[in-house]
Amino acid sequence: MSTDTIRLQDSPEIKIGNVVESDRVEAESREMDQSVPQEEIIVEPKISVRKLNFFYGNHQALIDNNLDIAPNKVTAIIGPSGCGKSTHIRVYNRIYQLYRDQKADGEVIFDGENILAPSYDLIALRKKVGMIFQKPTPFPMSVFDNVAYGLKLHYRLSRGELAEKVEKALQAAAIWDEVKDKLNEPGTALSGGQQQRLCIARAIAIEPEVLLMDEPTSAIDPVATSRIEELVEQLKDQYTIVIVTHNMQQAARISDFTAFFYEGVIVEFGETNKIFTKPDKKQTEDYITGRFG
Amino acid sequence: MRPRSATPRKITDLMIKVISSLSALIGIFFLAWILFEVIQRGIAAINWEFFTTLPTPPGIPGGGLANAILGTLIITAIATIIGVPAGIFAGVYLSEFGRYGRFGAFVRFSVNVIMGIPSIIIGLFVYTILVKSVGHFSGFAGAVSLAVIMLPVVARTTEDMLTLVPNELRESALALGSPRWKVTLGVVFRAAKAGMLTGVLLAVARISGETAPLLFTALNSPFWPEALDQPMANLTVTIFNYAMSPFADWQQKAWGASLLIMVAVLFLTITARVGIRSAKR
Repeated sequence: MSTDTIRLQDSPEIKIGNVVESDRVEAESREMDQSVPQEEIIVEPKISVRKLNFFYGNHQALIDNNLDIAPNKVTAIIGPSGCGKSTHIRVYNRIYQLYRDQKADGEVIFDGENILAPSYDLIALRKKVGMIFQKPTPFPMSVFDNVAYGLKLHYRLSRGELAEKVEKALQAAAIWDEVKDKLNEPGTALSGGQQQRLCIARAIAIEPEVLLMDEPTSAIDPVATSRIEELVEQLKDQYTIVIVTHNMQQAARISDFTAFFYEGVIVEFGETNKIFTKPDKKQTEDYITGRFG
Repeated sequence: MRPRSATPRKITDLMIKVISSLSALIGIFFLAWILFEVIQRGIAAINWEFFTTLPTPPGIPGGGLANAILGTLIITAIATIIGVPAGIFAGVYLSEFGRYGRFGAFVRFSVNVIMGIPSIIIGLFVYTILVKSVGHFSGFAGAVSLAVIMLPVVARTTEDMLTLVPNELRESALALGSPRWKVTLGVVFRAAKAGMLTGVLLAVARISGETAPLLFTALNSPFWPEALDQPMANLTVTIFNYAMSPFADWQQKAWGASLLIMVAVLFLTITARVGIRSAKR
């Protein structure tokens, strides 16, 4: 299992996963330079991406992506616009399949199974892998029904159980106090930040294992943004979170691991602290210090 | 460099303003004239009897168009029952499944072609398959020909309204593990509801004034509508017959029927407008 594991180490530097063979050699050589870590915790990655290539028609948007997503951690994906960040996470729940000309190949191993296999049950996948989008997308129905929508799809619930689960989800998304008196009002009548938290409530109501967030705060004001960041912090105990962001401060603040994408390639991946303080690659450093992108 | 005089530009500007304002006024003028004329001549025919009794033979005073009013309602209702679901499903196909495909493009083209076919030709077509084959006119054949006229109108407005629903909404419903048909019915339809209803109302308004397709199919009848496989009284063909007759009494009833249809179409159109406004909000 060693190639599919994440080693969480106690040393100042954590190297995740054996992303590719060359990285591993690099990591090992570095480990030898420094003090060898005392402790090594081996954790199965929640999601392992292997040789993922993605195409929009004839245009290749992702090139040989390899990535391990640690469970119950926040993994941030950063990089300049159009570098494939969103494209990459849109593979994790196969939402790209809505569009006829989009195609992925390679492997995305989730709990030991390749979700890209055509036989993989999409509904089961999306039950386990929730997604939050850039623009809040409340459904044209009441606040209550927005959250109940997913619950009704996946569970048989009595009216009381449904109400209970809706409340629990709204509480977990830190929006209950604001909406408890307007559960019957349309979800679209809420403010932008509230709508986004409603969408988070809707996604976590069905108890997924992974939450994909595609620039969830880019359409929201700074105060609402910090509320959502706090929420991400709280949610990671229960969920594995992958967040795409073009805001580097945000990635630094909330993530445990960071992957830097450039032109469809994962340039560097590692512990957030390290990526932001002493990245291995010059390109990463240039982007982080604002020299391009 | 000598500055260029602004006067010629100002004159052109003024001329264009005057011409376009006049053209706009002409449009309103004719609408007002038609409304005025139809109301003035038709209002005298409108009374309780007009809505409740059968027509009388020429020369005998009194009588009404109750059978034609009822017949038009029946034919329109059946046309709506056939044409609207078919149109909505076609619109769903065009927007949700065949948006980019070649077959979708072909369907869209065909729908546009049907929309452009003169209604008299649709009437003749239904005549050959549903009237000539059975040997007599029928209210059902009338409803079918109106349904054929409705279908493309409903299909295109449904498609337009569903296309306006942002893809993000479909994606977020799919991302919750919803199957495609539930996304379409539960989320996309809900988002496009007002617009789709508007399309249906406009289609009903469109067919409620059609005469030519009924001339060859439902024909007309001086009796109460009793069976769908028999000729059926209806307002538009009655207007056509009565207006061409030499009897002043019938001519007046034709004006009354015109007024009735006009009011109904105005009502549907205004309701649809209000619907569009609330859909955009």
